[in-house]
Amino acid sequence: MADGAMAAGWRDVGALDEVPRLGSRTVTTPGGTVAVFRTKDDEVFALEDRCPHKGGPLSQGIVHGHHVTCPLHNWLIDLKTGQAVAPDQGCAPTIPVQVLQERILLLLPAAM
Amino acid sequence: MNMINKRERLVVVGNGMAGMRTVEELLKRDPLRYQITVFGAEPHVNYDRIALSSVLAGEKEIGQITIHSLAWYGENGVQLQAGDPIVAIDREAKTVTSESGRVEPYDKLLLAMGSKPIVPPIPGLELPGVCAFRDIADVEQMIAASTEHRRAIVIGGGLLGLEAANGLMKRGMAVAVVHLAETLMERQLDTAAGRLLQRELTERGLNFFTNGQTEEIFGEGRAEGVRLADGREVPGDLVCMAIGIRPAIELAKTTDLDINRGIVVHDDLRTSDPDIFAVGECAEHRGKTYGLVAPLYEMAKICADHLARDDAMSGYTGTILFTKLKVTGVDLFSAGALAAGEESGELTYNDTARQVYKKLIVRDGKIDGVVLYGDVADSSWYLDMLRSGEDITPFQDAILFGQSVVAAMGKVKPPSVGDFADSYQICGCNGVCKGTITEAIADKGLTTLEEVRLHTKASASCGSCTGLVESLLAATAGAAAKPKSQGMCRCTDLTHEAVRGRIVAEGLQTIPDVMRTLDWKNPDGCHSCRPALNFYLLCAWPGDYRDDAQSRFINERAHANIQKDGTFSVIPRMWGGVTNAKELRAIADVVDRYDIPSVKVTGGQRIDMLGVPKDQLPAVWRDLNAAGMVSGHAYGKALRTVKTCVGSEWCRFGTQDSTGMGVALEKMTWGSWHPHKVKLAVSGCPRNCAESTIKDFGVIAVDSGWELHVGGNGGIKLRGTDLLCKVDTHEEVLEYCGAFLQLYREEARYLDRTAPWIERVGLDYVKSRIVEDEAGRKELHARFLHAQQFAQTDPWEERANSEARSREFHALAQVA
Repeated sequence: MADGAMAAGWRDVGALDEVPRLGSRTVTTPGGTVAVFRTKDDEVFALEDRCPHKGGPLSQGIVHGHHVTCPLHNWLIDLKTGQAVAPDQGCAPTIPVQVLQERILLLLPAAM
Repeated sequence: MNMINKRERLVVVGNGMAGMRTVEELLKRDPLRYQITVFGAEPHVNYDRIALSSVLAGEKEIGQITIHSLAWYGENGVQLQAGDPIVAIDREAKTVTSESGRVEPYDKLLLAMGSKPIVPPIPGLELPGVCAFRDIADVEQMIAASTEHRRAIVIGGGLLGLEAANGLMKRGMAVAVVHLAETLMERQLDTAAGRLLQRELTERGLNFFTNGQTEEIFGEGRAEGVRLADGREVPGDLVCMAIGIRPAIELAKTTDLDINRGIVVHDDLRTSDPDIFAVGECAEHRGKTYGLVAPLYEMAKICADHLARDDAMSGYTGTILFTKLKVTGVDLFSAGALAAGEESGELTYNDTARQVYKKLIVRDGKIDGVVLYGDVADSSWYLDMLRSGEDITPFQDAILFGQSVVAAMGKVKPPSVGDFADSYQICGCNGVCKGTITEAIADKGLTTLEEVRLHTKASASCGSCTGLVESLLAATAGAAAKPKSQGMCRCTDLTHEAVRGRIVAEGLQTIPDVMRTLDWKNPDGCHSCRPALNFYLLCAWPGDYRDDAQSRFINERAHANIQKDGTFSVIPRMWGGVTNAKELRAIADVVDRYDIPSVKVTGGQRIDMLGVPKDQLPAVWRDLNAAGMVSGHAYGKALRTVKTCVGSEWCRFGTQDSTGMGVALEKMTWGSWHPHKVKLAVSGCPRNCAESTIKDFGVIAVDSGWELHVGGNGGIKLRGTDLLCKVDTHEEVLEYCGAFLQLYREEARYLDRTAPWIERVGLDYVKSRIVEDEAGRKELHARFLHAQQFAQTDPWEERANSEARSREFHALAQVA
């Protein structure tokens, strides 16, 4: 199953345990930094590590529920959609992510 | 019926605040009647012209002052022709022609061209470096000049000129203000208040040339200065003309509309041609033209009534103007008459020590004018009475002491926003009355300040009415508005105090414990309550509580200060501000080795290395540790620095060893976490070179011992310290300091500095705990020292030397 995923272009970026609960780690790629988040219920999300507001590193924010608060100006971003929560407007692009056998896999676009 | 084809055509000349506010009001009343086309001279969407002062002063960006985005025009079907001014009006054919040759027919025409800067006929106006202060292009020119040149001259010491001067000064220029009259803002302030203002602004660094008539701008190839009629010469590379404005009526003059100083309008804002309206600064109503925003917005509403309905009955009756200066920290207010005439008298209050001046002009028992300087807390009360014509005779003898004092005497009701009439204007910038706000809160179920701003625009411009709007919200929305104002955050309705009380009383040990027991609404809280709970638990259970890194703001998690580009700054501790060659050499080596782009000395006497990427932090710390340096906690809600002067060891005035005292205080307090940052200082004599009186805990040495000062703050809201007491010995200073900090740690709300905390609980309370209760003080001090046993480990060392703990500073993976 993991092999199938790899064949489709999924990249193994590390073990689930290496990302703290309610925390985040980054993955550097040629197309920019990706932030990988882990929520308290062990869901994993990945976004481009740039707040739609002023480019703040979302990976450095406080994670709560399925949201992260940007550390620069407290914008609230929905981890699942990358959308800023109203009334703020903007979107951090999402990166497809899945967890297989405790490993985190990212589907990185060609540009990354 | 096909509404689209039946729409009448409304053409608006002027894409500024008055014209567009009218369009906005019109769309509220009838969005379908007109097909609207707006022509603007500037190549921009409608922006907040009053906020140009804030842009110049660097408080806002150009992008932040947009009122209507391009999308707004599209969504509302308003066609915008920006950068294409109208140059001709044909009233016979009912068309206008733009500069680019576009001919646009109209059924109704709205003239809102605003005003032009007044420019005196003097030589040199054509020189590069001469500008006005009117639009975005002017401000861009001024900002550009401030990066290349050092000296600026502002001609005009009125409202506009002083805001320009303040902005240029904030941009780092040396600014001279040339003003024709003897005192500043003479149209809004009397001589006494004008002098106080000049003194304040002079202290801030502006230079004034009053009684100065500019005769010529001189310079070869560029402005180099101005020459005054009395022979004085003022050098400067930028000359900003800010004498005033006059209505822009050139276009109207090409028609035979009635024109005096401005385009004459009736109470329904129609000009002498019933199909042509005029609003804003270009209009003249009952012999008056206006240059402030409030009357423009009032005109906009009335004009919209008449554009929307042919049988509208409303009428504009003029505006009683009031003035505030948008210079941060200068409190000034004026309205109505400036000086007493033959039939009126003056009441004045003049406190020269505090620089507070108040004057009321009273005529027939009613207020006819108000001038306030230094204390404007009662401006709304006075203005309301000026507008309503209330009889003030019953409390005239106390009126200058303000509404609270008069209320305490039982003469009027205490100040309460609930007592205001619905027509009472809350927001002067946007002309929003109390009734409009309460209606919106009730109808739309608004519960937060942001929502009120969004829906009514009240408090959305300068923000000085925010307190009133919040009171209105609390009074109108009642319980619905409560969670915001009282609960810690949206996750709970409990106050900070209640949460802390229950943590201790019920022995709650972890964040999940607290959230479960206290019925948190969001299962893992939010960015606002989690750091607070983490601190409260840390403070309640020193040594036992396990710090939750994921509940700390990034700076405290990474033990460095995040910068706007996502890099970090690193500040090692320098005890009492003292360093030596070895430390400096190690810092220099680190800067070279890691190619750190910027090194700066901080306000707290430390050295800041800026621009370190996160993954280099552990290595930088390891190298600094090797030279004996530890974290300066410059990133935390923690003990930051103890600033000192050199004291008796070197200074010929020093009375005690202030440096040694500073080092001792820092050794005792470093590593302690607090509700907010905490800064200390020790000065060796009353000259106070270490600025102890704006610190959270400040010590000033005197011959016979040490003065202890508390609750100072040098930030946004400057607050001088209160004198706590005087003590005799070195040991007492340490004990009082530890006790004071522990009291603050145990009782202040998270994110309260000591200043607002003391203002809330009162200095007397702090004295009763620290000065009068000796046993209590010793217990507090002991609890502080106990907690410090667990707090004084260098977080840099812990991370630099542990592979596991430095891991979070590196990327999880690198994908090629």
